[in-house]
Amino acid sequence: MTPLLSVRDIAKFYGPRVGCEGVGFDLYPGEVMGIVGESGSGKSTLLNVLAGHLPADRGEVLFDTRAEGLKDTLAMSESERRMLARTDWAFVHQNPRDGLRMGVSAGGNVGERLMAVGARHYGEIRGTALDWLDRVEIEAGRIDDRPRAFSGGMQQRLQIARNLVTGPRLVFMDEPTGGLDVSVQARLLDMLRGLVREMGLSVLIVTHDLAVVRLLADRLMVMKSGRVVEAGLTDQVLDDPQHPYTQLLVSSVLQV
Amino acid sequence: MSAYNFAYLDEQTKRMIRRALLKGIAIPGYQVPFASREMPMPYGWGTGGVQVTAACLTPEDRLKVIDQGADDTTNAVSIRKFFETTAGVETTERTRAATVIQTRHRIPEEPLGEDQILVYQVPIPEPLRFLEPRETETRRMHALEEYGLMHVKLYEDIARHGAIATSYAYPVKVEGRYVMDPSPIPKFDNPKLESAAIQLFGAGREQRIYAIPPHTRVVSLDFEDHPFVASKADHACDLCGADHSYLDEVIVDDAGGRMFVCSDTDFCATRQAEGHRGRLSPEAAE
Ligand SMILES: Nc1ncnc2c1ncn2[C@@H]1O[C@H](COP(=O)(O)OP(=O)(O)OP(=O)(O)O)[C@@H](O)[C@H]1O
Ligand SMILES: [Mg+2]
Repeated sequence: MTPLLSVRDIAKFYGPRVGCEGVGFDLYPGEVMGIVGESGSGKSTLLNVLAGHLPADRGEVLFDTRAEGLKDTLAMSESERRMLARTDWAFVHQNPRDGLRMGVSAGGNVGERLMAVGARHYGEIRGTALDWLDRVEIEAGRIDDRPRAFSGGMQQRLQIARNLVTGPRLVFMDEPTGGLDVSVQARLLDMLRGLVREMGLSVLIVTHDLAVVRLLADRLMVMKSGRVVEAGLTDQVLDDPQHPYTQLLVSSVLQV
Repeated sequence: MSAYNFAYLDEQTKRMIRRALLKGIAIPGYQVPFASREMPMPYGWGTGGVQVTAACLTPEDRLKVIDQGADDTTNAVSIRKFFETTAGVETTERTRAATVIQTRHRIPEEPLGEDQILVYQVPIPEPLRFLEPRETETRRMHALEEYGLMHVKLYEDIARHGAIATSYAYPVKVEGRYVMDPSPIPKFDNPKLESAAIQLFGAGREQRIYAIPPHTRVVSLDFEDHPFVASKADHACDLCGADHSYLDEVIVDDAGGRMFVCSDTDFCATRQAEGHRGRLSPEAAE
């Protein structure tokens, strides 16, 4: 089977400091890969390089494009990469403010990607937006409200709807449940899991929360100091951690 | 008078502006940066338009200046005087007789011809600014033709008002490529953007010039189920009876009396001279 995403020897430096280095892996269609590691270990850096938000210093990010098969997204033209970013890819930020247009209504936020790829029928755009608000459990009556008037959990659900509306194949998420109350987190996770299964999404999800990993991720990558120190099936890694750092990570969570 | 170079600006500045104009003509709807000069009038008084006009004028030209369609408002009068003084060109109020027309907020009713230049004063040239304030980002959107955001604005309009409420500065797509702000003309004027004349747009404070060459396709953005309509007040002109011109509503007394008159004063006067009459024309009222 062709991987959806094939990452090869990625490196990103901030001056002399390592952001991430020597990272490589394959992600197959429908797979959810968790990326964990202590603060500053390079998780966000890696995610942003893969999503094309940060330029890489080395490596290849091959994506299975609809038209041409595996293609290095780092070598693509900017317009081609941005087209991918608003069709086949989605990026869910930790802070919904970074991923939403706060001055635009909920319906407009969800509709933007549709309009960006050429939807020109208001009634249909609105219908699709309503459908998506329902799927992320936001009442239809809130469609014309701006996200400012929403709770943190609602904002995050709206950000997810806005991202998934074009039926992407690959979703990048950087701590999507961070900063939310525990009960709100649980509901969001549940919803995410449902959407991932229904839509058969491939996901790269960065998190600090091993509960998120257990619930969502098929596979796990553990990072430390910019490098991947352990990788494997989630259950294997969590139940039988090999690397001292991973052992510490798992035991520290269990102690809480 | 001889203290000024012809049309106030020095020749080098005019050449710089003409280069920007030619680039604008070559890439219809594309905003060309130019080094806007200080003009002896405040921003908001059409310094961008004045510089473009100055760069276009020749001693043989006949200039018309309108503000909201009228030749006799303060802004129009002062700009006309400015060029009478600094360029010594003939001026006119007749649309047909003018070779260069500088305008703020209107396109003349009478179709313009190939031998005419229409110069617009532009306050904000960037149509995407409402939703994306970052200039680096809007430039990239233009470069990559990413115009979904423009429709988000129209979507928001319909969601809030039930219809596209944007009635001025209604965004257009020029020659199937660049999305452009036509300056704050009423959307009633948008169909006239497809014209035989050369149309030049100058934004002084923002230092941008753009253009629509003759016979260029100009399409007003809309939705399939909310098509663009070049609407106007549902009245005929009370002075000349025209039912197809853009109207100003004028309060005529302190008892709520009002009348509708053509905003294009030359158009209205010409029609009246030809014998057309409206509801409140002096003869009709008697
Ligand atoms: N813009 C930047 N300039 C310089 N150094 C940076 C920058 N962004 C990140 N770094 C450094 O790169 C390394 C990796 O940072 P990164 O943000 O990727 O970590 P992270 O694993 O996402 O951490 P966290 O869990 O706190 O979000 C850190 O040493 C960090 O200080
Ligand atoms: Mg991070």
